[in-house]
Amino acid sequence: MNDPVVARRPARSGEPGAERGVAAAPHASEAPIPPTPEAPETPKAPHVRPGDRIFRGLATGSGVFIVALIGAIGLFLIVQAIPSLGLDNVNFLTSREWNTSNPEDLRFGILDLLLVTVVVSILALLIAMPIALGIALFLTQYAPRKLARPFAYVIDLLAAVPSIVFGLWGLFVLGPELYPVSQWLVDNLGWFPLFAKGNVNLQLGATVFTAGIVVAVMILPIITAVSREVFERTPTMHVEGAIALGATKWEVVRTTVLPFGKAGYVSASMLGLGRALGETIAVMIILSTATSAFGWSLFDGGATFASKIALAAPEFNDPRSAGAYIAAGLVLFVLTFVVNAIARSIVAGHKEYE
Amino acid sequence: MAKRLDIKDLNLFYGKFHAVENVSLAVPPKNVTAFIGPSGCGKSTVLRSLNRMHEVAPGARVEGKVLLDGEDIYASTVDPVEVRRTIGMVFQRPNPFPTMSIRDNVVAGLRLAGVKDKKKLDEVAERSLRGANLWNEVKDRLDKPGGGLSGGQQQRLCIARAIAVQPDLLLMDEPCSALDPISTLAIEDLITELKKEYTIVIVTHNMQQAARVSDQTAFFNLLGVGQPGQLIEVDDTEKIFSNPGQKATEDYISGRFG
Ligand SMILES: Nc1ncnc2c1ncn2[C@@H]1O[C@H](COP(=O)(O)OP(=O)(O)O)[C@@H](O)[C@H]1O
Ligand SMILES: [Mg+2]
Repeated sequence: MNDPVVARRPARSGEPGAERGVAAAPHASEAPIPPTPEAPETPKAPHVRPGDRIFRGLATGSGVFIVALIGAIGLFLIVQAIPSLGLDNVNFLTSREWNTSNPEDLRFGILDLLLVTVVVSILALLIAMPIALGIALFLTQYAPRKLARPFAYVIDLLAAVPSIVFGLWGLFVLGPELYPVSQWLVDNLGWFPLFAKGNVNLQLGATVFTAGIVVAVMILPIITAVSREVFERTPTMHVEGAIALGATKWEVVRTTVLPFGKAGYVSASMLGLGRALGETIAVMIILSTATSAFGWSLFDGGATFASKIALAAPEFNDPRSAGAYIAAGLVLFVLTFVVNAIARSIVAGHKEYE
Repeated sequence: MAKRLDIKDLNLFYGKFHAVENVSLAVPPKNVTAFIGPSGCGKSTVLRSLNRMHEVAPGARVEGKVLLDGEDIYASTVDPVEVRRTIGMVFQRPNPFPTMSIRDNVVAGLRLAGVKDKKKLDEVAERSLRGANLWNEVKDRLDKPGGGLSGGQQQRLCIARAIAVQPDLLLMDEPCSALDPISTLAIEDLITELKKEYTIVIVTHNMQQAARVSDQTAFFNLLGVGQPGQLIEVDDTEKIFSNPGQKATEDYISGRFG
């Protein structure tokens, strides 16, 4: 049955044996390999060393554990939030109202929290990203070795400063110091919604503007540290290739370091954004909760998801009120996931260097 | 365009380490000179001093003169970046810029030198790719990234990039050591052609290759660990391989050493 097929193969692939027709079959490169005569009758299980087994168990266990943990947190949030969401008398996603002091009449919507959270985080990111890029490039490309080390330590130290210290600094030092700047912005660019006169006292500086700057300082170390590590790994052969072509320092950075480090820099920034979204204590201390809704101005007060939840501890004794905050936490959880997913897709889009 | 190279009393250091001692040699224009010798004897170090790449290493230092048509590239008024723009270099591992298209890779050096005219750049890209025997293989995908080519094609792309500026001198550091035999042959043929237009210095660990492509061969050696590498002798390739002047050269070539 099979013979004619085998015989025709060489003809198709144009091998010299083609003209010889059937006779070519035994010489054809595709000739079937005869089964090995000494094949063992009962296949033995491959020997696994105990070290391998233990390590595989540990590694798999850790992987399963972390996934299960995240799943459990999500599940917890959903289970706790659902009853309160059912009792909500306004639309949870589109309402700007937040009143959970009376568990019999829950009125809570996240729109304001979402806007303030996003605006604070984006502002922080817009400030921190270019500065972190500059520092990382300076440390890896320009700074003399003797200076680069201690400088990097100082930046890393920023990450070790407790959140509450940043909060106090923002409230008592930075906020008031910013008054002339914010006043100038309101006076001259007030026609633009972002710089409009806000709903809190500008002189105290308890605004989204101050909070954004403080959070920028807080996420600066992580973005800098990760970008620095990525830039340092630029393959020497590409750097040398650029130098040999007569590239100046900046041209080397532009043609090799930046293209190579772009994906890492974006992920670093997204890590920073993740931290900014969840930053709690500092923002809570700085932002004063305004009486009117957030109006798209940097000089508004307000509350982010995290700061709102942190301020609400007294209400947690009633599960219905607590559920409202857990629902807000759930949205923050999802938001962070979305940010991470976006970061991953950006990174996946830049695979040239792999 | 092809210039004459004269190296005079060159001493090269990495910090306190004296890597290469007292090298003097001359390369006529449109000539291929091969550097051979055991690994660690300083062939790459000498080669990298010829386009001022040596000083990129931290603490690296140069003493002596490197003259291109009589002009010292180490003179105090000379800008190393300018030197590198007129000297081509090809590395051991092919290193096209992975994010750049094939065309952009070829003209990268010209762009750095400030050439913006699109028509000129396209012309140079075609001429250089033809010069590197790569044009027929890539002419339909000039806008695709250079990283997608095979190793041998990438190395020819790097050669195209190096000759795009019509360099005074073309330096190659073991350009075939990461390639398969067929690609190696393609590059050797290419070197033989490039010789008509360029002055070439090539480091190779492959003695047959030195014998096949070069007009002149320089043998470097290391007297001992921690000692500086030395130029033992330099002569016509034929003479070095048939009747070397030094015992050490003969030992190395006949494989009794290193
Ligand atoms: N960047 C560097 N820093 C310090 N020492 C180096 C550096 N590059 C090379 N060397 C040393 O210089 C000597 C010559 O190296 P190299 O020129 O690479 O030799 P070759 O190319 O002949 O194998 C070796 O001892 C090597 O360890
Ligand atoms: Mg070498």
